[in-house]
Amino acid sequence: MSSPLFNSPLIKNAIKTAITMLAFAFIGTSLLAYVFDITRAPIEASEKEARLALFKEILPLKLYNNDLLKETVEISPNDLLGNRTSTTANIAKYNNKTVGVVLEAIAHDGYSGDIKLLIAIRADGSISGVRVLAHKETPGLGDYIDIAHSKWIKLFDDESVSKTAETHWQVKKDGGKFDYMVGATITPRAVVKAVLKALQFYELNKQALFAVTP
Amino acid sequence: MSNLYKEITLNGLWKQNTGVVQLLGLCPTLAVTTTAVNGLSLGIATALVMAASNGSVSPVRKFIPNEIRVPVFILVIAVLVTVIDLSINAFAHPLHKVLGIFIPLIVVNCIVLARVESFAVKNSPAPSILDGFMMGLGLALVLGLLGAMREIIGKGTLFSGIDLAFGPSAKQFVLTIIPDYHGFLLAVLPPGAFLGLGSLIALRNWIEIRKTAKNNTPTPALKPILSH
Repeated sequence: MSSPLFNSPLIKNAIKTAITMLAFAFIGTSLLAYVFDITRAPIEASEKEARLALFKEILPLKLYNNDLLKETVEISPNDLLGNRTSTTANIAKYNNKTVGVVLEAIAHDGYSGDIKLLIAIRADGSISGVRVLAHKETPGLGDYIDIAHSKWIKLFDDESVSKTAETHWQVKKDGGKFDYMVGATITPRAVVKAVLKALQFYELNKQALFAVTP
Repeated sequence: MSNLYKEITLNGLWKQNTGVVQLLGLCPTLAVTTTAVNGLSLGIATALVMAASNGSVSPVRKFIPNEIRVPVFILVIAVLVTVIDLSINAFAHPLHKVLGIFIPLIVVNCIVLARVESFAVKNSPAPSILDGFMMGLGLALVLGLLGAMREIIGKGTLFSGIDLAFGPSAKQFVLTIIPDYHGFLLAVLPPGAFLGLGSLIALRNWIEIRKTAKNNTPTPALKPILSH
């Protein structure tokens, strides 16, 4: 019982074409699913490792003994941190006592595009370390904020608002205490401002950050 | 038969070189080649995708209806690129961070589709795979060369960032070509890529012209003869 419609060469051809496309899509999808499955664990592991390596640079391992990646606080968009979507802060604890916080801050006033920073603050409000996570500053000029290019970012180590008055949190050109390289002032200006604002955020939200339990 | 393979290799590496003759796939050429390692890595990833896409289309070329060949090709290429993207992310994570969005962008690199469409659908698997690989290798060499030029002129080093691909122990392979170099910013910025590519094209054309000139000297008969 074959209907005349299915016997028309046009329809036959269309069905054949559709089946071929479907077969290719099926094979492709299966292959992708398989590869995704076998690479998922290594990708997660290397992302975690990269993250931990970064934490190690700004927060000495001997300072805390909890799993930084597990004890986190969600921070909704905040003007002081400059985040437009919610970010996570990692809480460092030593024997269940909060000893530090790792915050992500974004400076929107860099020379070109956003500068993403990772800032580790000790419980007493002093900075343990700062690193640039991502930036689009001019290569060779503004990129000295990146540890791969210069040690400039280490100027922030051990800084705090109690050590340096807020009015001095500026580059030397603007009458502050922070060094900069000639030819690129906008970039360090943005970074200094972002770090100061992160410290202010910390002071304002200390209680909430400390109250975190895993 | 071996003549065919020789021809394919020569085409990919020199005569029809993707980077400096066909000028296809310029987006990665210009964006990624800030260092030799970046350029070579993306070039080799592209070569692998091209060999794999040519190799998977060629055996099934007779089953692909003409009307849907382009969607099928794109599907195959997209799958392969994603597989390579995931693999690099899993096994060379830092390199993945550097090459970033340029790996998924291999999908839209027209040279990949071009070789499938113009070679793999007309030839058997073995020559197709070789064609894809050689075309990709030709591009990789150009990307590597351009990256090396921009790196030496821009930063005075060669192979910086090699540890991203081969682990921290490879750091010793980073060469400082010009010590105490202050850098030449233009070479690292996008205009440097255009200038560098332009010089490479000029160099290739110059070699080609000299070769033709040499071949032509012993046969003056090629001169046009005016007839009355």
